Amino acid sequence: MLRYTVRRLLGAIPTLLVIVTLAFLLLHAAPGGPFDAAKRMLPEIQKSIEAKYHLDEPLWRQYLRYLGDLARGDLGPSFQYRGTSVNEIIAQGLPVDATIGLTAITLALVVGGAVGVNAALRRGSRWDYGSMAFAVAGISTPVFVVAPLMILIFAVTLHWLPAGDWVGGSPSHLVLPAIALALPYVAYIARLMRGSTIEVLNSPFIRTARAKGLPLRLIVWRHALRPTLTPLVSFLGPAIAGLLTGSIVVESVFGLPGIGRHFITAALNRDYTLVIGITVLYGALIILFNLLADLCYAWIDPRVRLR
Amino acid sequence: MSAPPPLRIRGLSVGYPSDHGAIQAVREVDLDVAAGEFLGIVGESGSGKTQLLLAILRLSAPHARLAGSIRYREQELLQLNVRALNQVRGNRISMVFQDPMTALNPYLRIGRQITEVLRVHRNVSGREAERRGIEMLESVHIPEGPRRMRQYPHELSGGMRQRVMIAMALIAEPEILLADEPSTALDVTVQAQILSLFQELRARTGTAIVLVTHDLGVIAEVADRVAVMYAGRIMEQAPIHELFAHPRHPYTEALQQSIPRIDAPRPTHLASIGGAPPNAAALPAGCAFAPRCIYRMPICESIDPPLIEAAPGHWKACHHQGPLGKLRSEAA
Amino acid sequence: MSDAHGFWRQALRRLRTQRMAMASGVLLALIMLACLLLPLLSPYDYFTPQFELLSRGPMLAGGHILGTDPLGRDLLVRVMWGCRISLAVGLAASLVSVLIGVAWGATAGYVGGSTDALMMRAVDILYSVPFVPFVIVLMVLFGRDLWLIFLAIGAVSWLDIARIVRGETLSLKQREFIEAARVSGVRGAAMIARHIVPNLIGIVIIYATLAIPTVILFEAFLSFLGLGVQSPLASLGSLVADGTSEMQSHPHLLIVPAVFLALIIYCFNYLGDGLRDALDPRDR
Repeated sequence: MLRYTVRRLLGAIPTLLVIVTLAFLLLHAAPGGPFDAAKRMLPEIQKSIEAKYHLDEPLWRQYLRYLGDLARGDLGPSFQYRGTSVNEIIAQGLPVDATIGLTAITLALVVGGAVGVNAALRRGSRWDYGSMAFAVAGISTPVFVVAPLMILIFAVTLHWLPAGDWVGGSPSHLVLPAIALALPYVAYIARLMRGSTIEVLNSPFIRTARAKGLPLRLIVWRHALRPTLTPLVSFLGPAIAGLLTGSIVVESVFGLPGIGRHFITAALNRDYTLVIGITVLYGALIILFNLLADLCYAWIDPRVRLR
Repeated sequence: MSAPPPLRIRGLSVGYPSDHGAIQAVREVDLDVAAGEFLGIVGESGSGKTQLLLAILRLSAPHARLAGSIRYREQELLQLNVRALNQVRGNRISMVFQDPMTALNPYLRIGRQITEVLRVHRNVSGREAERRGIEMLESVHIPEGPRRMRQYPHELSGGMRQRVMIAMALIAEPEILLADEPSTALDVTVQAQILSLFQELRARTGTAIVLVTHDLGVIAEVADRVAVMYAGRIMEQAPIHELFAHPRHPYTEALQQSIPRIDAPRPTHLASIGGAPPNAAALPAGCAFAPRCIYRMPICESIDPPLIEAAPGHWKACHHQGPLGKLRSEAA
Repeated sequence: MSDAHGFWRQALRRLRTQRMAMASGVLLALIMLACLLLPLLSPYDYFTPQFELLSRGPMLAGGHILGTDPLGRDLLVRVMWGCRISLAVGLAASLVSVLIGVAWGATAGYVGGSTDALMMRAVDILYSVPFVPFVIVLMVLFGRDLWLIFLAIGAVSWLDIARIVRGETLSLKQREFIEAARVSGVRGAAMIARHIVPNLIGIVIIYATLAIPTVILFEAFLSFLGLGVQSPLASLGSLVADGTSEMQSHPHLLIVPAVFLALIIYCFNYLGDGLRDALDPRDR
C-alpha cells in the first residue's frame, strides 16, 4: 500500500511536468507580456522590472529557473500583486475553497447517497420517479444558474441567509455556496447510487445472504453497502475536477475570496506565475484525488490488487 | 408408520406476470421431503426445478406470484413474516447455489461469511463461531482452516468455493439442505468429489438433502428418491431403483435413454428427445409433454393427466396405464 | 446487411417506447426550429438598442413577448440567438471531440500492442490535466473567437470517447467478420475506416449525444465568465451572466435564458439516456 502510494506520487511528476510545460509555453506563446506598454511605463522602468522578474532572459532559461523554484516548492512572485508571492495568494484562498468544496462533497455523498438508495429500494414508485426527475434536473442545471437563483430566493426575497460579502468566514456565509456547488453532485450521485444499489441487490451473493436468514440490516450494511460504493469511488476523480470548475463560478457569484477568482484576472493580466501556479495546484489536486480514489477502491474491493 | 415428513409442499405454483400473459414456472407441485432422505429433482433447464427450490425459502424474484402451501413442520412458510422466515432460512432449511463464483460475497472474508450464519442463528461468541467454522471447513475437506478463514472467495478454486458454500449451509445443522445444481459449474472430477461429499455429510449429520440437477446420471449415483419435472410439473416420482427399473412416464424413459453408458451396448437409435420444451407462457392445453411424446394418444392433447400413485410410492402424471416397456414392444 | 437494418429498426422501436426520450427529442427539434426561424420572422434584431424600452418585463412593451434587456433589445430574439450559438457550439465541438476520440480510440484498439499502451498512457496523463484553466488561458490570450471555442472545447473533451471506442474496438477485433476481412486482405486504415468504425456508430451516437450537453454547459460556463462569445452576440451562458447582474430588479432577464439553457441540457440528457437504452440493450 505504502509502496504503491509512493510510486504513484513519483509517477505524478511527469504529469505535473507536462502541465507546467504546456501552461508555460501557452502563456509565452501568446502576444503581450505582463508589463506591456498598456500601463504606460517608461521603457527603462519596464526593462528593469522585466529584468527583476527575469523576463529578459531566453525562454528556456526562464523555464528551467521556474522548474528549479517549483522543485523547492516556490511558485514565484505574483506579477500583478506586487510584493506578494503566489504561495501566499494560494495559502489565503485555499482554505475558503477547501471548506466549501469539502462541505459540498460531504453533502453530495450523504444526500445523494440517501436519495439514490431510497429510490432503488422503492424502485418504480412515485418516490423513485420523482427523485430521478429531480436528479436529471440537477445535472442539467448549471451552477451559475442555481447560484444566482438561490441568492434571489433565499437571500434577497426571504432574507434567510447572507448572499455573499465574506466577512471573516462565518458559517452562514458558506451555506448557500456549498449547496449551490453540491447540487449537481447530489443529483449525479443519486443516479449513480440508484443504479449500483439495484444491481447489487439483484446479485447472486445477496440472494445467498437472504438464504442464510440474515436480517435486512445485516444484508444492507455488511453485504450490499461496499459493492454499491465502487462506482461512487470511481466518480471521485472526475468530481474533483468538476468541483474546481464549479468553485470558480461560485466564488464569482458569491464574491468569495478563493483561488478561482484570482485565476481569471491573472490570465487577463498575464500574471504568468499565478496562472501556472494555480494550474499546477489544480493538476496536483486532480492527481491526488485520483490516487485517493484508487486507494479507496483497493480498500473496498479485495479483488483489486495495487500494482 | 414413520414420522410425518418435515417438509410438505402442496399445490405450489410460481408464476411471473409478463406482457405476453403469465409465465407459469411451477405448476401445482406436490412434494414431500422426509427426514434424512436424499431426494433428487431432475429436469431440463426451464423445467421449473430451480424456481421450485427458490420458492421453498421464498427467494423467488420480487414480482413472482406464489400460490399453494409449503409447510415446514408446524409452520406455513408462505404465510410467515420475514422475521420468522429468517429463523428457518439458513438455520432449519439452508441452500447451496449453482455458481459458487457469484454466490459468495466477493467483498467479505470466508470466515465472516461462514460464521455469520452461526452468529445470527445461535447465540455463540465470535471465538466459538470461529472454532466451529474451522471445524466445518475440515469436515468439507478444506485443510488449513485458520488460513482459509482469512481469505477472500477469489483466492480459492471453484471446487473449494463450493465446499465453502456447503460448509456455510451446514454450519447451523439444518434439517434440510437444498442444493441447486451444486456441481454443474465445476470440473467433472470436482463434481464427483462434491457429490460424494454430500453423501458423506448426510450420513454423518442426518440432514435431508434435496438435489436439483439436469443430469439423471448424477441422481442415479446418490439419491434415494427422484422427482422428474417437466414444464413446471412433477411428471413422475419414485424411489430411485423403482424409477430406473420401471419408468412409468415417457419423459423419464427418454431421459434415461439419453444417459450415455459405457457398460451397455450401443443403442440402436440415438435416444435424444425430439422437439423442444414448451414455451412456459403458452403451454399446450393437455399434457405439456404430449407434443414430444412417442406414446401420444388423443386424450393427451386435451386433458392434462393428474399425478396419481401407480404403485406404492410411485407417482406419475400420464394417461397410459401399466409399464411403458410393454407398450413400446406393442408399438414396434 | 439486413441484420444491421433490423438492429436499427429495433433500436428505433425501443426508443419509441421511451416516452421521456421521445418528448425530449421533439422538444429539442422545436427549440431548434424556433431558434432558426424566430429571429428571421421577428421585426427586431439582437444588436440594435432601443433606448425608450429599457429592461421591460414580458408583455409590457408591445411586440416584445419576453420583454427587453437593459439596452432595450428584444429578449426573445436574443435568447433565440443564444440558443443558436449554444447549440452550434454543442454540436460542432462534440463533432470535433468525436472525430478525435474515434480516430484515437479505434487506432489504439485496432493496432494494439505497445502503440495501444502508449496512446492510452497519453490519455491517462491528459485525464490529470486540469483543462478548465487551460481553456480559460486559451480564451484570454488568443481572443474569443467562436471557432477557437469549438476547437478548444472539442480538443479537451475527446478522452471519454477515445476510451470507450478503444474498448469497443478491442471486442470487435475478436469477432468473425473482422477476421474474415483480414483473411481477405483488408489491412490498416482501410480496415479501421471500413469495418471497425461503422460498427462503432451506435455507441458513438450515444456518447456524442451525452457529450453535447456537457459541451454546452462548458461554453455557457466560459461565456458566464465573460470568456465566450462577445457582445452584442450572446450565448445562453452570457445571457444568464447578464441576467445575474440585473436579477434583483428584472428577474426575467435571468430566468428566461436560464430556463432555455436548462431545458436544452435536460432534453439532451434524457435523449442520450434513451438512446443508450435503445442502442445498447446489454447495458440493462
